Formats: sequence, structure tokens, C-alpha cells
Amino acid sequence: MVVVIALVVVVVGSILFHLLSPWWWTPIASNWGYIDATLVITFWITGFVFTAVILFMAYCVWRFRHEPGRVAAFEPENRRLEIWLTVVTGLGVAAMLAPGLVVWKQFVTVPDDATEVEVFAQQWSWSFRLPGEDGRLGTSDAALVGPDNPLGISPFDRFGQDDIIIESDDLYLPIGKPVKMVLRSVDVLHNFYVPEFRAKMDMVPGMVTYFWFTPTRIGEFEVLCAELCGVGHGHMRGFVQIQEETDYQAWLQEQRTFAELWEERRVRTASSDPEQ
Amino acid sequence: MGAANGTNMTVILAFLVTIIALAFWWLLQQGVMSKPWLETGPMEEAAGRSGFPVERLGLGVFLVVIGSLFALFGSAFIMRMDLEIWPSLTLPPVVWINTALLVVASIFLRLATRRSDTRRLTRDTTIAGLATGGFLVGQLLAWRELQVVGDGLTSGPAASFFYMLSGLHGLHILGGILALGVLIARSGGDPDRTKLNVGLCATYWDFLLVVWIGLLLLFMGLANQLLDICRTILT
Amino acid sequence: MANIPYRPDEQVPPAEVPDVHPPHPHTWIGRWVFSQDAKYIAIQYSATAIAIGLVALVLSWLVRLQLGFPDVFSFSAEAYYQFITMHGMIMVIYLLTAIFLGGFGNYLIPLMVGARDMVFPFVNMLSYWVYLLAVLVLVASFFVPGGPTGAGWTLYPPQAILSGTPGGQDAGIILMLLSLILFIIGFTMGGLNYVVTVLQARTRGMTLMRMPLTVWGIFTATVMALLAFPALFVACVMMLFDRLLGTSFFMPTLVEMGEQLSYGGGSPIVFQHLFWFFGHPEVYIVALPAFGIVSDLISVHARKNVFGYRMMVWAIVIIGALSFIVWAHHMYVSGMHPYFGFFFATTTLIIAVPTAIKVYNWLLTLWRGDIHLTLPMLFALSFVVTFVNGGLTGLFLGNVVVDVPLSDTMFVVAHFHMVMGVAPLMVIFGAIYHWHPLMTGRMLNEAMGQIHFWVTFIGTYAIFFPMHYVGLVGVPRRYPEIGDPAFITTPVDGLNAFISIAAFIVGAAQILFLFNIAWSARNGRDAGGNPWRAASLEWQTPQTPPRHGNWADDLPVVYRWAYDYSVPGAPEDFIAQDDPWVQQTAPT
Repeated sequence: MVVVIALVVVVVGSILFHLLSPWWWTPIASNWGYIDATLVITFWITGFVFTAVILFMAYCVWRFRHEPGRVAAFEPENRRLEIWLTVVTGLGVAAMLAPGLVVWKQFVTVPDDATEVEVFAQQWSWSFRLPGEDGRLGTSDAALVGPDNPLGISPFDRFGQDDIIIESDDLYLPIGKPVKMVLRSVDVLHNFYVPEFRAKMDMVPGMVTYFWFTPTRIGEFEVLCAELCGVGHGHMRGFVQIQEETDYQAWLQEQRTFAELWEERRVRTASSDPEQ
Repeated sequence: MGAANGTNMTVILAFLVTIIALAFWWLLQQGVMSKPWLETGPMEEAAGRSGFPVERLGLGVFLVVIGSLFALFGSAFIMRMDLEIWPSLTLPPVVWINTALLVVASIFLRLATRRSDTRRLTRDTTIAGLATGGFLVGQLLAWRELQVVGDGLTSGPAASFFYMLSGLHGLHILGGILALGVLIARSGGDPDRTKLNVGLCATYWDFLLVVWIGLLLLFMGLANQLLDICRTILT
Repeated sequence: MANIPYRPDEQVPPAEVPDVHPPHPHTWIGRWVFSQDAKYIAIQYSATAIAIGLVALVLSWLVRLQLGFPDVFSFSAEAYYQFITMHGMIMVIYLLTAIFLGGFGNYLIPLMVGARDMVFPFVNMLSYWVYLLAVLVLVASFFVPGGPTGAGWTLYPPQAILSGTPGGQDAGIILMLLSLILFIIGFTMGGLNYVVTVLQARTRGMTLMRMPLTVWGIFTATVMALLAFPALFVACVMMLFDRLLGTSFFMPTLVEMGEQLSYGGGSPIVFQHLFWFFGHPEVYIVALPAFGIVSDLISVHARKNVFGYRMMVWAIVIIGALSFIVWAHHMYVSGMHPYFGFFFATTTLIIAVPTAIKVYNWLLTLWRGDIHLTLPMLFALSFVVTFVNGGLTGLFLGNVVVDVPLSDTMFVVAHFHMVMGVAPLMVIFGAIYHWHPLMTGRMLNEAMGQIHFWVTFIGTYAIFFPMHYVGLVGVPRRYPEIGDPAFITTPVDGLNAFISIAAFIVGAAQILFLFNIAWSARNGRDAGGNPWRAASLEWQTPQTPPRHGNWADDLPVVYRWAYDYSVPGAPEDFIAQDDPWVQQTAPT
């Protein structure tokens, strides 16, 4: 009865691996504990079903194995049993779906007090833009991207002038404040993914996507690209630094606005190219 | 995410729902509720399937596949249009002559299905073939006229879709012409066989005519109006 | 036409089924190369699929070398992406789809419904040759400058046709798209045959509800494929236009490496919708034939009728229909409108119900059976384990918010390999052990089969079960090397090395399996006509292996469903479908 033993070993081994192995999700650093909770509910329900189904199968294989004289039953169907099983399955599915949809509703509803932060992706680096003192991000367009305007921000939009540009460097965010990550790409698909934040979203050239979260833990968190974006995909990393409000403000003061950079780049371009 | 989300798969979904509804309706007539283990014996089918030539059914299934193909192109067209307002193409006038030619071809093939003597059948099918050939030549002229007025392939999404879809439609027509050519060449053979084949061609032509009219409606900007209506309903 | 004799005593009315004898080839080439016999085409299809599948197997080894031992075997990123892309594409399209529909579909449909051949044998032959051409174009892409495309099997634009991706600005992506277009054309030719044969060429008495579930599964999958593959066709044609002719169907305004491109206005999301409109039904195009076949394997080898046959048929049809409205669950984090998440999560989880019913019915078929632990049965059992495992992790990924942390991680890779890779492969193996005696007249070697089964079952589980946890840790997919980021609290390097070693062993076992097929075709034990004592029609042919035309002068007449096993009062524990036996005394 090697098969029966193997089936039982598969079930027991899977459960033990789940419970005892050190591989589990990284400690959370955002408000999305609900996502983890939904995931745990799903683990419990599916784990129970897996165990029950495979152990039942193992029992059948053992109990009804071929022996001389055994005759199988003739049993075309059993309506009551089938309806009963369908209903129970439907309830189990609903028990996973309902909390999932509730949490999804939260995930897609951005709170009004969330600060917008733009993530700008290109092959294969991350840049960021903060809205500046007016609290609004200026308009942007991939067609405006050029050596003196790497993020393609409209120089004629007054809301964009005080936007703070962080080019290929770490993003700092204050702890405890909801952030709406506004995601933009100018070449191919990317995906802004920080494992500790749980949330992620694709960045699609030609459109602006978003997700929101509230950082809940101070520290340095690695940004990975989670949508294949070419040969440099695996090296497209960055960092988000979650700081106390005071440290964050100190960092913010050191950053430069779009207007400053724009002026500086134009001067530099003009001086390096005397014919213009 | 905003307005530009491009998720309008209505055309293909409408097409599929129709197909699936038909399939379910048909299945329900095939005794899918019966209990086969209780029914022993050489039963006959509920529906008389034996009278229906396999070729007709084969063509029917094939047309569903082509229908799915063009419905998907229609979906892609509308999804793309959802993203960007583009002016609909000014169709060159020769397109209307082409459409008329395709209608003529369809009519003559329908007439040919009623012919019993080979000579007149050959005459009608040949006229249909020539008209269809005229359609293809006309389509090439339409491309040429579009290029002359500056609506080249990459001049805008409307033009891109027009070249691609009329081209694919043309390829299907071309396949039909080849089949029709074989048919005319063999029309002296088994009369039952010829009759069946003419019927198949007629169905295929009717179908491609319907597809072409659907495409024309798309190109004439009917899709814009439909989208506008959808937007008004939604908002 | 019409040569079934009229026997009043059997209440067989005059024949109406047109019995067209297929044209017999007279030349060597007609018989062995350009054969129009569905059985031979099936073998050509399967052999080609397995041959290209071996390429995919080698590619998977290379991928695992990179992932398991990044310090020792460090391939370039270009090469790594080419490996994963071609591995995925070959396995999904050119192996699984081709072998289930082109292979088993061709072999089993005519035999199981009592037809002499497919209804359009010539078109059927063309189908294979176009498929072969598609495979050759695919293989050719390995040898062009720049190599095959490395865009991932999803081929998402814009990166698929830009220079930052291997093959994007070379011939790789063009050949890939052309090959897919050819595949779809070839498949359509075959698909027309399978559908029309099931609808029109069933022998007398073979009502729809008497067909084995194998036929139901393949039939429904074919209908789905005929409706879904056009979506891939459309996506491929439009991408070819974008790549070759400079249109902007999928291409928005782009800046590539600091340089403005001439595209503008398109949307990559349109491609994703088209791709997954094909891609999700594709999962069921592979799964439904597997469901059907495994139902038959369990029934035959447990000597018991399929429990809830009607429910099984309905579940197949309903899953097939529902699978067309769940496609966007692959796109929860794609940037599409977030409210679609509610709809698609709900439809996705609803589809779990008919799928679960199928699992229950397999178990209830075992219940009170007479279980023979033959190789086909072992593979069927291992299918249930891997399919249930993979199906349940699908509930994580289908439930939109749970998908957010897991999508694009190794969890997804583990999930779809378990449910769509391992599970259907288990069925393919089981089916080959089951029907090899019919195809060759000889049994496969039992000892080699046992080794193959145990290594494959335990090995694949050891590969893909721990892989879920690599994803749970947060390791994204499509990373040749994760390095040592801070979010990984316990390194996964050891686990990755373990998975790789398991993968090499499992791969080696497949070589043994292929050797077994080749060896047993000559040296295997003689199978006799019906070694498994199966009731369905394909085992009732006058010769084994069946000759061209399948049946003797008369087509068989079917008197019962395909699952009359262990019928009380019957002389044997099975009654063949063409056996007119009736119970003499009515059961009380």
C-alpha cells in the first residue's frame, strides 16, 4: 500500500512544511494587514479542503483496493449528496470571497487626505516626484521627455514648477500618513512592488495608475520591478525610506524643485553648446 | 486609471453570449438531462442529424470562427477608440462600388444554387467570381486613393484599422475565390456535389458580405456614436 | 451509404448513418507521410509535440540551473529570458494544446464515437502539416541573429517589440508571432474536424449522453479553442503590424532609452485583454480534456461507473462557458479599472464550484470501487493530488485582494505549474499508459513505468510545493537572480537549489519514459484486444491496433453508455458499449 502511504505523506509533509519551515512573508510595514488576514483565512480553508480530499482519497484507495472477490458497487449518482456538496462548496467559496471583496473595496478607495507621490519608471530605474508646496502634481507627458526634462513635466504648468524631483535616488516618506502612489512609465510595463507594503500595481506607458497605503514602520524598504520590462528587469531596484515626520521634513528641505532643475539644466546646455 | 481603461469587450461578448446561448439551447434538445444508465438499447437521435451534410456543418463552424475573429477585431477597434478620440476615415467613393459588386456576387451565387443545368450554373458562378474579383481590385484602388489623400497606414488609428481589416477580409474573399474557381472547374462532375458546393459558396459569400457591411459601419463612425450612447447611459 | 443491416428482433430501425469509407492510400508516402488517417495523424501530432516538448524540458533545466545555482551557472539575462519565454510558450501551446487536441483528440474521437475517421481527412492532414510548419518556424527563431524572443510567454507590448528585450528588434518576436498565427490556422483546421465529427459522425445509438467523458472534454475544449484562439490571432496580427509597419495599436507615446519613438495613442492594456481573452480559456482548453480523460481512467481502473455522469457533463460545459468571463483575473494589478476586480473575482470563484464538483465525483467514483492500482490509475490519483493543490492555490490568486501581494511572484509560477503543467502532464502520462496498448498492441513496461511514476509524482510535488513559499516570501518571478535583499529574512537559496536538483531528476525520468515507449513498441508484452477490460467503444475494434477505417464492414451499434462496469447480474464486470446484453429479469 505504498500509494496510500505516499498520499498521507504528501498531506502530512505539506502541513508540516507549512507550519515548520522558516519561509513566510516578510513582516508587514503598511496598513494592509487585512490582506494578510484574508490570505490566512484562505490558507485555513484551502488547507482543510486539501487535507480532507487527499486523506479521503487515500482512505478509498486503501479500503477499496482490488482483492479477489471484490465487486464494485453500481452507483450512477446520488442527487442529495451532490446538492449537499455543492452547497457546502459554495459556502466555503463565499467565506473566502466576501472578506476579499470587502478588503478590495478599501484597497481601491483612496482616502481624501492621502498625499500624492508620483513614481516614474523607465528602463531600468526609478525616479520620484513630490507635489511641492501647492500639494498638486503638475501635468506631464512622455512626449516632453528629453535630456533637460527627464520626467517629461510640462514647463508651462504652474502646478509643476514647485514639484520636487528625485531622480534615480531613494524616496523618503513620513510614517503614518496615507500616500497615493501615482504610477507612470514612459517606455514599457513596470510594476512598483515593495514586499513589505503588500500592495503593488503595474505602470503602463500612456496611462497613469495608482494604489494607496499608509506606512506603519520606520526603515529602509527595497523597491522591485514586478513586471517583466526587458533584460534589466532583475536589476531594477530602488529604496523607499520611511521616516519620522521631522526627519522627513529635513530631507525634504534638501530636495530641489522642477523649476530649479529646469533653469540649471538649460543654463548648462546653453554653456556647453556655444553656438546656441 | 481614470477614463482611459480600455476594457470594452462588448462586441466579442455579445457574439459569444449568442453562440453559447445557441449551444445551450441545442444541448437541451439532445437529452442532456437524461439518465443514460437507465436507457439500454439502440436509441435513435432525437434530432435527425443524418440528413444534414457534414460540409454544411463544417462551414457553419468555420463561419463561427471567422465571426469570432472579426468580432474580436471589432472589440479591439472599440477598445482602442475608447482611449483616444479620432476622426473617422473619409472612405473613398470606390468603396461603395465595391460593396455593390459584392452584393451582386452574393445574388448571383444565390441564383446559381437554384440552377439545375450546368451551363447556366457555370455562367452564374462565373459572373459571381468576376464581380468578387472586381471587389478585390476595387479594394486595392481604395487603398491607393487613401494613400493619395495622405491617409497612409501609419497616419492614424482609423487608417491602420481600415488597411488591416479590409486586408484580412480581402484574404478571406481571396480564399473564397480559389474555392469558387475549383468549383467552376469541376462543375461538370457529380451534380449533387456541385449543388452542395455552390450552396456552401453562397453561404460563405453572404457571410463575408455581412462582415464587410459590419466593418463599413465601424469605419463610418457608427462605433463613435454607439460609444457616445454608452457613455451617456453610464453617466 | 447505409449498410447497417435491419434486424427487427433488435429493434434497430433501418440505418440512416452515412457510412463513408475513407479513401485508402495506395502509395508509401500516402500511407506513412501524408497520411489522412486520424490515428496516424494523432501519432504524428504527438511525436512532434513530444519532440518540441523535449526542447522545453532542456530549457527548464537551464532555467533551474540559473535559479538554483546563480553563482555557478550564470547565464546572461538575455539568455535567461529567452529560456523562460520559449519554455512557457512551447509547453502551453505547442505541447499541451497540441497533444490533447491534435494527439488524443485525433486518436480517440473517431474510435470513441464509432466513426471510421474524421469527417474531413484531407483538412485533418493539412492541420498537422501546418502545425509542423509552426513548430519549425518556432525552432528557426533559435537560429536567427538575436535569438528567440525573451518577452515572457505573455509577449506583453511594448517591451516585446522594443530593443530592451531579446529578439524585440530582431527577428525573434516576428517568428514567434508568425508561428503562433500558423499554429492557430492549423489548429482551426483540426478543430473543425473534431467538432463536426462529434456532431455528425457518431455511430447509431451513440447519443451525446452516451459519449465517454473524454470525448466531452475534448469536444468542449475544441469549441472553446475555436472561439478563443482568434483572440490570440488578432493580438498577434496587430502586434506584427505595430512591429513591422509602424502602426500604433498597442503602442502609446514612448521614450526608449532617452529617444522618442514614432508611436503614439495605443494601449498595451488592449493587448492584455485580447491575450487573456484567449489565455484564460486556454487553461481550460488544456484542463477539460484532462478532466475527461482522468474520469475515464478512474472509472475503468476502479471497475465502477463514473459517479454523477450527468453532473460531470454539465460541469464540463458550464466550466467551458464560464471560462470566457473570467479572463481579467490575470490583470488585477495591470492598471485596468479597479472596479472590474469585483466582477472578475466573483466569476472566478464561482468557477471553483463546478470544478470542485468534478473532484468530488472522482473521489466518489473511487468510493466502493474495485481499485486496480495500475499505472494509469496511479497517474490519475497523482493528477487529483496536484490538481486539487493547484486549484486551491488558484483561490488565492483569483480572490482579487489576495492576489495583490502574490501576483508576479514565484507563488504564481508554482500555482500555474501545478495546475496547468504537472496536473495535465500526469493525465497525458496516464493516458499514454492506458492507450498505448491500443495504439501498438503492446503493454508498456511495468517496472520502468513504476520508476517513472514515483519519480515524477514525488519529484514534481517537491519542485512546486516549496516554490509557493519562495513566492510568499516575496521573490518576484522572472528574476534570474534575487540577490540578498532585506525583505528576505530567511534565505531561499537552499530551497532554490533543492528545487533545481528535484527538477533535474524529474526531467531524467521523462527520458526513461520515452525510452519505455520506444522499447515497448517492439518488446512489450502482447496486450490482446482489451487489456483493461474497458467498456468504451475504442477497445471494441476488430483489430488491435485498429486498421484504417477502424471498423469491420459494418459500423458498430451502441446499446449503452460507456460506463457499464460491475452491473449487477451481468456476466462480466463490464459490458461493452456495442454489447446488446439486457437484464433478463427486471431489477426489483
